[in-house]
Amino acid sequence: MRLQYPTSIRIIEVPCTGKVDILHLLLAFEQGADGVMVVGCMEGDCHYMAGNLYAKKRVQRAKEILDQVGIGGERLAMYNLSSGMGGRFAEIVREMTGKIMELGPSPIRMATGTAPRASAEVTT
Amino acid sequence: MIKAVPKPLEEIIGRVQDSNKVLIAGCDGCVTVCEAGGMKEAKILASALRLYYTQAGKQAQVDETSLTRQCEKEYLAQLSDKIDGYDAVVSLACGVGVQYLAEMYDNKIVYPGVDTCFLGVNEERGLYSERCQACGKCILADTGGVCPIARCSKRMLNGPCGGSEAGKCEINPDIPCGWQLIYERLKTLGQLDRFEKPVEPKDWKTSRDGGPRKIVREDLRI
Repeated sequence: MRLQYPTSIRIIEVPCTGKVDILHLLLAFEQGADGVMVVGCMEGDCHYMAGNLYAKKRVQRAKEILDQVGIGGERLAMYNLSSGMGGRFAEIVREMTGKIMELGPSPIRMATGTAPRASAEVTT
Repeated sequence: MIKAVPKPLEEIIGRVQDSNKVLIAGCDGCVTVCEAGGMKEAKILASALRLYYTQAGKQAQVDETSLTRQCEKEYLAQLSDKIDGYDAVVSLACGVGVQYLAEMYDNKIVYPGVDTCFLGVNEERGLYSERCQACGKCILADTGGVCPIARCSKRMLNGPCGGSEAGKCEINPDIPCGWQLIYERLKTLGQLDRFEKPVEPKDWKTSRDGGPRKIVREDLRI
């Protein structure tokens, strides 16, 4: 499809978003990610029945935690796509990257003095 | 089992924000089952606190551990070689564990990380409900296995009261009337005649009315 999207993202593949734990999300921020997006299957289409619904709840909880610790829950987002939606994937990566660029480096990188440019992580 | 819920993060941050070295101590017992204070929750809290300290520009160390049970000295003793290195401990155990940890390490600041709620069951994951109030004198044999102390809002021994409507309690339509449950269970068991004989007043000395309680089992002690 030769779709273009920002190179600043790092894709971490998991078998199902149900595998993504709150800890994975928080540790990404601890390690300096400026933003994290979780990309799961469409709701109702999970091959493991409810993996993406569990992920949705965990992302919500992690967003609350990020708000409470001063990082900002808006740096974390979840999207639901099917494997046939490559175009939309590229679009949301651009959207998310744009949002993170607007927000600027994560407060963690600002505090630790390691903030040259914004990046985002993607989980599929 | 004992059921608890995590305390709000703001409350915990408010307690430990001036500490430089914090230990989060989970408990692998009851609070792990209700996903409030096990190793997983200890790691999440520790990560959240590290994020908080780092973004605030503060150098602080936050570590996590989890003990098999915090209501036993033998397991609490596992902290003896490292606890002195911390300014404060956040215990994710129930109130029992928090107190026993504080009792054992009496020079250490110990904060509770969960709100201990009740003795209950796991109806589903994330749905827990009360079944026992540990009154110290079990009457379940007479009430069809449904406890009026834990499940009737008024703890009535001879119910139901006038607030029972369509099987629900007047305080909340989501709460089943404990005495309706008792009636239905006794009916199933063919023991409705129990309603013909009033239950005698309960001796509440074995509950909290007798002050803090203690069990001494001479058959088990040396």
